[in-house]
Amino acid sequence: MTTGTDVRENVHQHVEAWKGEEGNLIMILHAIQNQYGYVPREVAMVLSELLGVKLARIYEVITFYHYFKLHPPGKHNVSVCLGTACYLKGAAALLTEVKNRLGVEEGQTTADRKYHLDVVRCIGCCGMSPAMVVDGKTHGKVKTSDLGGILDVGEEKESL
Amino acid sequence: MRKVSVADLDAAAAKNGTPEAGGWIRVGCDTGGIAAGAGRVYQVLKEEVEKAGLSVRVLRVGALGFSFADPLVEIQVEGMPRILYGQVTEEVARRIVPEHVLGKKLLDGHVVATRQRGQTFNGKTTHVLVKDTSSRTVEKEDLVCSSFVEKLRGAGLDGGVQVVRALDMGIYDRGVVLQALPSAVTYTHVLTQDLTRIKQRTLVDGQVIEDLLWKEKDPQVRIVLRNCGVIDPESLEDCLCHRGYQALKKVLFESTPEKVIDELKTSGLRGRGGAGFPTWLKWKLTRENQADQRYVICNADEGDPGAFMDRSVLESDPHAVLEGIIIAGYAMGASKGYFYIRAEYPLAIERVQKAIDEAREAGLLGNHILGSDFSFEAKVRLGAGAFVCGEETALIASIEGKRGSPSPRPPYPSVRGLWGKPTAINNVETLANVSAILDRGGAWYAQYGTEKSKGTKVFAVTGKVKNAQLVEVPMGVSLREIVFEICGGVLNDRDIKAVQTGGPSGGVIPEDHLDTPVSYESLQELGSIMGSGGMLVMDQNDCMVDVAKFYLKFCVDESCGKCAPCRIGGYQMLQLLDKISRGRGGDEDVFQMRRICQGMQKASLCALGQTAPNPVLSTLRYFEPEYRAYIEGGPSYARKMTKMLAGNSEVVEGGVTL
Repeated sequence: MTTGTDVRENVHQHVEAWKGEEGNLIMILHAIQNQYGYVPREVAMVLSELLGVKLARIYEVITFYHYFKLHPPGKHNVSVCLGTACYLKGAAALLTEVKNRLGVEEGQTTADRKYHLDVVRCIGCCGMSPAMVVDGKTHGKVKTSDLGGILDVGEEKESL
Repeated sequence: MRKVSVADLDAAAAKNGTPEAGGWIRVGCDTGGIAAGAGRVYQVLKEEVEKAGLSVRVLRVGALGFSFADPLVEIQVEGMPRILYGQVTEEVARRIVPEHVLGKKLLDGHVVATRQRGQTFNGKTTHVLVKDTSSRTVEKEDLVCSSFVEKLRGAGLDGGVQVVRALDMGIYDRGVVLQALPSAVTYTHVLTQDLTRIKQRTLVDGQVIEDLLWKEKDPQVRIVLRNCGVIDPESLEDCLCHRGYQALKKVLFESTPEKVIDELKTSGLRGRGGAGFPTWLKWKLTRENQADQRYVICNADEGDPGAFMDRSVLESDPHAVLEGIIIAGYAMGASKGYFYIRAEYPLAIERVQKAIDEAREAGLLGNHILGSDFSFEAKVRLGAGAFVCGEETALIASIEGKRGSPSPRPPYPSVRGLWGKPTAINNVETLANVSAILDRGGAWYAQYGTEKSKGTKVFAVTGKVKNAQLVEVPMGVSLREIVFEICGGVLNDRDIKAVQTGGPSGGVIPEDHLDTPVSYESLQELGSIMGSGGMLVMDQNDCMVDVAKFYLKFCVDESCGKCAPCRIGGYQMLQLLDKISRGRGGDEDVFQMRRICQGMQKASLCALGQTAPNPVLSTLRYFEPEYRAYIEGGPSYARKMTKMLAGNSEVVEGGVTL
């Protein structure tokens, strides 16, 4: 966990980068999430101070937008697309299988913190439905039988 | 890149494309292509070209549109006709330089044939593509096709003409189809007995056989997609050679804001985000409001699940949209513009930012554009996973750093928008049209389309369709033509049940209405909407109650919660629909749902709540028997349906029929 001064410095850097730019709150939050993987409470508090925006307002925003996470994510991010094209091609069954294999519901992280499962509504790869993204890599035309290989990629990376 | 002058613009445009002396290889690198492996294919092709010491230019382009055949590679080299290959894996890519570029031989089974069909011969035929397009299972197709290929080869054509199987002809259900290259003369319903005369008259004598000739023109007109899959989206140079910023030049030096708005009025362009509001009017209203600052926003929050038109345009031709937004700024007196792009589109964000940086460096953005009096600045702002932020006022709130909740209108954004100033918000596709219109004229644009819906529309056709792809057609083309003639019909040759348009705000259109010409009015009459362009094909295995529930759940998840009709109505209606889909609903529940629908339509604060009832109402309108089946069948029927729907993925995987 980063120390108090680290947090302050990091947030300060982001705020400085976006200083003078109107409409910057969401952009700063994106930068923070890119760095930490989520928006930690300590960071939100420092941000509130540095921006002069009430903490409640910051939380209004982070809790509203699906993209921002309030809890640390897993080592590997698994996103199953539930857009209409993917849905029609059986994404719901795919999601159920992924949930079974990982043992979590959507929006949850596995107990060993290895995997975080999310549902996303359309990443725009409808030509290859059903689609899912693991650690930023998109897999298309996914069958339930492919899941072993797709999810194990994360495991292999770890042991290397 | 140094600052560009008007003379530079004209010199580049005069090149009329980028003539590459040694030829070119274009690899489709949009998100869909990259997900299918195009990144690696690009690397491999670069390696191979270098290894062979060739001066062929290998470049990354955007979306070529044929998503069903990703990864796509298009090649133009000396001694060979221009060819598009699909399903190019790394192994296939390795064969391209030795076999196609050097060996002058087409790769069997990978060609996606050109849709521009020749009517006469302009030179000797060098290659023939064959495909059996009849509706039949895959195994049989291979057999019949192979025998044709063998027969043609056996008919003593070796050495002269190469015959290969095509991956896709763009013509469906017309028996065996042959296309002779380079003239692209295409024959359909070819029978074994035709082979002798084809060999003699066409291949030897170079004459067209009238009774076999395919005379239909490709219905697609690519205006928005004009440069997609053609240019390198990360090269301003490429863009300029394809008439990039010509429209802006004309607007700045040969026109006035009023004239620009007039030109748009002539074109008849209506908002392509779904509402279809006349673009010229929106700009006029924004312009008429006096203020010290006005804003233009490009709405790139393409949230409809199943739609990827805007993503494709931003990843493939970002300058067309940037040019559009600058012109918009000029026309309405706005000096600042924002691209509001959803966070789920990282490649689009990257390419748009790059385009902005390049344009600024070249003096096409920023102070005194092209040395004129007009200054305009554009920035990128991200969404964060909220569908409702596609709504104007919610989008504005989002940029302002607030929760994306809509506000009551009036006042409309043209009066009081971003930071209280007059603001115009336009969709990506609308802006891409703007730059084309101001280059070629409003009257040119208005020749396409119907009386009230001018121009073209881009559709992303997906779902249970054979060839999912991006289609751009003039308004007025029928749904049937789009699904069957352009996209090949229903997957596994099943019977079509309905076509869904407009995403979560739209409705289903059943089979007997598929001949309806596409336009804002006609789709509305049928109980749907044009929407942003997502078009889902549904077959007999898709349950309409389930589809309605899917869309309603989406709306409930995405509801901002501000107004009661949507927050409470949506949720309650979902409970009822869920009850029905579990076989525990009754007539009184359907009645109650209809009442909630009415309430939401009349009293919701924004279009999300107002249109959330559409899928429910539309499925009730055309498929009420499916609801009845659940009501009368009870829980046992519901269990059976759930099992069938879960099996949908197996159905697609193994080709098993239920």
